[in-house]
Amino acid sequence: METINSALTAILANKLRSFLTMLGIVIGVTSVILLISLVTGLKTYITNQIQELGANLLIVIPGRIGGARSPGGVQANRLEFKDAVNLRSKLASEAQVSAAIQRNATLKFGNKLDKGVAVFGVETTYPQVISLKLTEGRFFNQSDRKVAVIGTTVKNNLFGEGKTTGQIIDVAGIKYTVIGVLGPRGAIFGIDLDNSIYIPISSSQKQFGIDRLNTIYISANSADSVKDVQQKATNLLKKRLSEDEFTVQTQEQTLSTISQVTGVLSLALGGIAAISLIVGGIGIMNIMLVSVTERTREIGLRKAVGAKPKDIRNQFLIEAITLSGLGGIIGIILGVVISFIIGRFFTTTVPWWSVILSFGFSTLVGVIFGVAPAIRASRLDPIEALRHE
Amino acid sequence: MSVIVKLSKVTKIYLSGEVSFQALKDIDLEVKKGEFLAIIGASGSGKSTMMNIIGLLDHPTSGTYKLDGHDTSRLQENTLAEIRNSKIGFVFQSFNLLARTSAIDNVSLPLIYAGVDSAERSKKAKQALEQVGLADKFSSHPNQLSGGQQQKVAIARALVNNPEIILADEPTGNLDTRSGEEVMAIFENLHKEGKTIIMITHEEDIAHHAKRKIRMKDGEIWKQ
Repeated sequence: METINSALTAILANKLRSFLTMLGIVIGVTSVILLISLVTGLKTYITNQIQELGANLLIVIPGRIGGARSPGGVQANRLEFKDAVNLRSKLASEAQVSAAIQRNATLKFGNKLDKGVAVFGVETTYPQVISLKLTEGRFFNQSDRKVAVIGTTVKNNLFGEGKTTGQIIDVAGIKYTVIGVLGPRGAIFGIDLDNSIYIPISSSQKQFGIDRLNTIYISANSADSVKDVQQKATNLLKKRLSEDEFTVQTQEQTLSTISQVTGVLSLALGGIAAISLIVGGIGIMNIMLVSVTERTREIGLRKAVGAKPKDIRNQFLIEAITLSGLGGIIGIILGVVISFIIGRFFTTTVPWWSVILSFGFSTLVGVIFGVAPAIRASRLDPIEALRHE
Repeated sequence: MSVIVKLSKVTKIYLSGEVSFQALKDIDLEVKKGEFLAIIGASGSGKSTMMNIIGLLDHPTSGTYKLDGHDTSRLQENTLAEIRNSKIGFVFQSFNLLARTSAIDNVSLPLIYAGVDSAERSKKAKQALEQVGLADKFSSHPNQLSGGQQQKVAIARALVNNPEIILADEPTGNLDTRSGEEVMAIFENLHKEGKTIIMITHEEDIAHHAKRKIRMKDGEIWKQ
């Protein structure tokens, strides 16, 4: 208790110097908290997005995750519409199937442009399969041709507050009639999911001249049969495609992939931020060495009146820990506040472990970098120390 | 009267590289309990070295030092710190008070290392400050006190643990004559109360207050 008081007195005696010394730790802890909160927030967000799609969902994509042909790569995509048809007919009793292709295009309405819109060609079962909700109008059925259901961003860009359903828009040169508007879905990795439109897959294939699919969505009728459906779909696709030409992934697998990615991201970013904590620790060590030199006479006097080496060592060690610990607390407060402010624009979550981790780490930095100056102080010869000018 | 400090054939040799310097040469000295002793000598006479040895801040190169009948030569650093804390009170020429620390906290310092609790520390520190005539300066900081007052705080600090011996190294060296006399008056009172006082000085006027004087020159006692 006495040592903590005397440490605080010493720290307050040089307010500016103590503050500047703490700054390294403050910045380090703030960035650790912030980066982890961003990555964790991102993970929470993506997880929610994916769970909204439904736990029963399976996704078939071209290429093999973790294999030589990565999904979305430049290798030839061999997933075709007939695969979707095949899956639908063979899995009819246990799942719903919807194929999707995607192109980006510029939309026009009158003199208004919306560039880089994701144009999804999908089947009529699509809203059921991935649980899409409409706020206006309806989704298309088998008899519809050249119709579009638009996302909220597209709606805002082209129509603003005006009427949407029944309007004719231009999708890369072909006219489509808007028949519905989807509810807002947000963004993943900065990609605005609402800046998209959905058109019948037949129209899309005809217009863009493509028969290869980007995705086949399969929604199992019950959660229990997800694994079973995955196995059956894999076996069916294997009859025509080789094993590295497609991946059938469950939501669970997608989530675990995302966990892995965000975990690595957390570690990498947190690790980089932790380097600044070490730099902060060097600052503390530097200032503690200065402090020991400045207070040599004080150390000599304390020894003369009965301080043991361990008393002196503890005094300086506690001073270093108090500096780094205070810096850690200020850093945590700053990090939480900033992450709260950022939270109004992106999802951020400050996990409790990141607070404990960064406080623990900053205190540890104080111990590690405070030990050497403290031991130096404790070993000073009292006579030499008392003579020090 | 029992002997409290007994130096037998004490020598101290400082080595710096190839050169060695003999600071103390075969010193024999006995100080009895309750004595007021002045050690007089010019700088370099070895008086400070002797003081450091008596104060257990330094070890003799050879010879023995018995404090209160106990040989001190084999004691560990922690034990020496405990003895300094409980049996010896130091008064320095330059006061050596902690800046930004009140008189009462300065005086309490030895009690912290003695493990005395906070309430008791405060009580004892106040008593010691009253004893040196600073009852109205409990919470003053060193920069608010005159040199004489600072030295009185330092004396209170030396007294607070009720030590056997008070070691004063040129206690009036940084003070004007009047403050010096005040400080010496305190030492005389302490002597009357039965404290053992060993004082280093190079001023005859100051040494005059002591009841016994020894003179040192070139590391030897040349006049008892």
